[in-house]
Amino acid sequence: MAEVMELNYTVSNEDFTRAGEASSDVKKKLKQLGVSPEAIRKVAIALYEGEINMIIHAYGGQIKVTISEEMITLVLADRGPGIADIEKAMQAGYSTAPDKVRSLGFGAGMGLPNMKKNSDTMDIKTELGVGTTVTMTINL
Amino acid sequence: MTVNDILTILDANCIAGKDGLDKEVLTACGSDMMSDVLAFAHTQCVLLTGLCNPQVIRTAEMMDIVAIIFVRGKTPDDTMKAMADEQGLPLLVTPHRMFSSCGKLYEKGLTGGLVDG
Ligand SMILES: Nc1ncnc2c1ncn2[C@@H]1O[C@H](COP(=O)(O)OP(=O)(O)OP(=O)(O)O)[C@@H](O)[C@H]1O
Ligand SMILES: [Mg+2]
Repeated sequence: MAEVMELNYTVSNEDFTRAGEASSDVKKKLKQLGVSPEAIRKVAIALYEGEINMIIHAYGGQIKVTISEEMITLVLADRGPGIADIEKAMQAGYSTAPDKVRSLGFGAGMGLPNMKKNSDTMDIKTELGVGTTVTMTINL
Repeated sequence: MTVNDILTILDANCIAGKDGLDKEVLTACGSDMMSDVLAFAHTQCVLLTGLCNPQVIRTAEMMDIVAIIFVRGKTPDDTMKAMADEQGLPLLVTPHRMFSSCGKLYEKGLTGGLVDG
């Protein structure tokens, strides 16, 4: 795995039953590449949480996964409403998800803390009315 | 304990993913919130849930969950069954409710694993 590899996905918010397809594909590809199970688990959880967020809180978006010798970088960019207070959003249990989302099994306010826990670095760039970009790295 | 043992303990039916019935189970997690499962489930864990949508299967895939047990007779649709078959992820349907199902498994020695963090 000497070369740097890049995977790109467009995530749509139209069909919630397809939410997670990008994360699922990334997981399969990392397995084929022989990435360690521990790293795959971290990537799978962090990416899936991020993918769900861009569907339930924004209008879908773009996912870019870069795999190098040293690390896996996940970039999730959306053109959604943005996050008003990142500090609050990072707290476990804080969620603005409507009841409809909760009835689908999400919206406990656990996603962002879980993404932080499963990544080695995490950075959120957000602007109200413009969008949010979450960048995470997982060391190999 | 294997998934097959759980089938007997919970008077359950396996309706998809039969390839995975011999897998070993170490812990269990019972929740209708996939957010909680993503935050707390351990490895080699079975998921007991009353939620029945494709996201349950996806969540299980992401977490390497060994089998899903749908409580109160909830029955997954064909899309969910196809996803599970592809992964060899057993889908079990039990007539018992969440509390009783967890109790029966706990009684047979299955626990929720350690609390971390
Ligand atoms: N991409 C995003 N765009 C806009 N707001 C977001 C985005 N991601 C997160 N948020 C905001 O941050 C809050 C916390 O996010 P977090 O993922 O921790 O919880 P949740 O998605 O509400 O619930 P869970 O992740 O447990 O299903 C959300 O409720 C939402 O208000
Ligand atoms: Mg979330």
